[in-house]
Amino acid sequence: MSNYKMHVLVCGGTGCLSADAAQIVDNLRDEVKAAGMDGDVQVLKTGCFGFCEKGPIVKMLPDNTFYVQVKPEDAKELVAEHIVKGRKVERLLFEDPETSERVSDSKNMDFYKKQMRIALRNCGFIDPDNIEEYIARDGYQAIGKALTEMTPQQVIDVMKESGLRGRGGGGFPTGLKWEFAMKNEADQKYVICNADEGDPGAFMDRSILEGDPHSVVEAMAICGYAIGASKGRVYIRAEYPLAIKRLEKAIDDAREYGLLGTDILGTGFEFDIELTYGAGAFVCGEETALIHSMEGERGEPTTKPPFPAESGYWGKPTNVNNVETFANVPVILLKGAEWYGKIGTERSKGTKVFALAGKINNVGLIEVPMGTTLREVIYDIGGGIKDGKKFKSVQTGGPSGGCLTEKDLDTPIDFDNLIAKGSMMGSGGMIVMDEDDCMPAVAKFYLEFTEEESCGKCTPCRVGTKRLSELLQLITEGKGTMAHLDEMKRLSRVIKDSALCGLGQTAPNPVLSTMEAFWDEYEAHVNDKKCPAGQCSSLLQYFILEDKCIGCTKCARVCPTNCISGEVKKLHVIDQEKCIKCGACMDNCKFKAIIKR
Amino acid sequence: MAKIKSLDELLKIKESAQSKVDLRVKGENIDDLVQIKVAMATCGIASGAREIMNFLIEEAGKQGLDNVVVTQTGCMGYCYAEPTIEVTLPGKEAVVYGNVTQEVAKDVIEKTIKNGELIDGIIPKTHKTIDE
Repeated sequence: MSNYKMHVLVCGGTGCLSADAAQIVDNLRDEVKAAGMDGDVQVLKTGCFGFCEKGPIVKMLPDNTFYVQVKPEDAKELVAEHIVKGRKVERLLFEDPETSERVSDSKNMDFYKKQMRIALRNCGFIDPDNIEEYIARDGYQAIGKALTEMTPQQVIDVMKESGLRGRGGGGFPTGLKWEFAMKNEADQKYVICNADEGDPGAFMDRSILEGDPHSVVEAMAICGYAIGASKGRVYIRAEYPLAIKRLEKAIDDAREYGLLGTDILGTGFEFDIELTYGAGAFVCGEETALIHSMEGERGEPTTKPPFPAESGYWGKPTNVNNVETFANVPVILLKGAEWYGKIGTERSKGTKVFALAGKINNVGLIEVPMGTTLREVIYDIGGGIKDGKKFKSVQTGGPSGGCLTEKDLDTPIDFDNLIAKGSMMGSGGMIVMDEDDCMPAVAKFYLEFTEEESCGKCTPCRVGTKRLSELLQLITEGKGTMAHLDEMKRLSRVIKDSALCGLGQTAPNPVLSTMEAFWDEYEAHVNDKKCPAGQCSSLLQYFILEDKCIGCTKCARVCPTNCISGEVKKLHVIDQEKCIKCGACMDNCKFKAIIKR
Repeated sequence: MAKIKSLDELLKIKESAQSKVDLRVKGENIDDLVQIKVAMATCGIASGAREIMNFLIEEAGKQGLDNVVVTQTGCMGYCYAEPTIEVTLPGKEAVVYGNVTQEVAKDVIEKTIKNGELIDGIIPKTHKTIDE
């Protein structure tokens, strides 16, 4: 029998690969071979395990041992100890930050306990480059079921009953969208997968495509059958090379197996997929802009109606869904709408994938049932705030979203609750901020992003976001007045009401939500010319503490402008006139004698 | 690779491919399953552990016992009694059998795994693991 008796799964997501995961795989294979066990132990590269903070991850099955922060040189010990001698390598196990105990089983890690993986079901579990592993996990059975047992209307009915809503951020009911596209008659229709993930801090779609590309391929074919389309296109950012490579391989393999192409599974159904590369423009995630970009036009949005379902790609009925939405489809079809409907909240069914980033212990990729609270996500799964700092805010929904605060932590996350709280779900980027983050500066960061990404077609967005970011610039430099703050509020409302597309309409959200929740911080910048978080360099001054300075001269030596003076073994002083506030003195002082305020 | 022309053909590929990831699926719920660990260090392999392991896997497969996971492990230290296997029924203490022949292996499946009975050949466990 050629069955492997042990599996060693190494994360092959972009994050872990950049930390030498490929070398770890090679080394493990060499070591296994050297131990004469290459017929018994399979070493394979999988998709993202989600626990990016502690990558590269190596998981041993079937005993379910989870190794973190593995280095290529650890391969020898892992094979010699774990595989040959059957002993766990203690030092590479995850250490629970609260109890300081080593946890070997991922099931017992808080990071995984509250998660439920539907869209990520195969990520970190199968070899994404091997179609048979996908088939072994019920892959392509949903399209088989649809083609042999169901009418297109029945497929759409299941999608409608399941309550699945678009995961790109809009939250539009997927089944309904499909129905619109189905009902429009045409000689050619299209299915488009939106893989133009552009939110700062978001990497869900990339990870799904890298870890389980076939689930998206299969779902697109199912959608094609349901709406009557024979052609699929994936619009994917060119800056996702690994996702592109794995998706291309998946499409090629599916074609070779007859799961794409003509006469799929002997049913006469025809469907094929091609890739279109995007240059990475934020606005191209909006479906009309995306379609224009695919047609070779400028990636600018147009007003809807007409919706793509009526007149989309090349004027034909087109259905656009994002990667995560598609990844849910095969499971829903196999397990049924009722099963899916039991997960989540009343009006938001299923699970949502979030990219946890920022000042949080467990940065990574997670999937939780809708209705999980922000507190559970940040403290239980995310492991709380880094370095024991205090939680300040969590930004959801990317540049279109807003900042939520302490009082919102017990909000169950779903589409409607987040909007009610003044933010939104968005595509699932979640950036956690601590007491050291300055909220006007955060708003400025997002505004600079939208200002740069604005396509320039409409004046409110082109000029409005520029003016808004200029005002924020003044405030963070301590040159703002209360009149500027009023001006920002007024301008924000005008942009919201008059911009052409979602990008412009939501661009002021980070400003409005931070002004709402952190008004005192804006006032401090304007009235007191102070940055309470100590971030805005124009408002800060560096000082040397008399009782701590021993006169080691280190600060004077690293200062690029020679603004620190003092004799050896005597107190040093910073000349505030010459200081450029680079912080080099503070970073280099071994005695914590330099402070900023 | 020939094209898959029907749902039946897809299911056939699924079946043959499933065994590849089967162990991974089971690994996720290892505590609910019967685990058999075969000591496969040099001493074990030299005395026929690999054959015993393959026999156990085949026999469990033949009998459709999908709650059994057979894996290899390193030297348990009972080199005098190789091949040795450690059998853990869900929620029970692990038991180590020594000098395992095909007959013993068959008995383990028939009596221990199916009926929860202990059979002759138990070696008193003299080691502890870090999990205990």
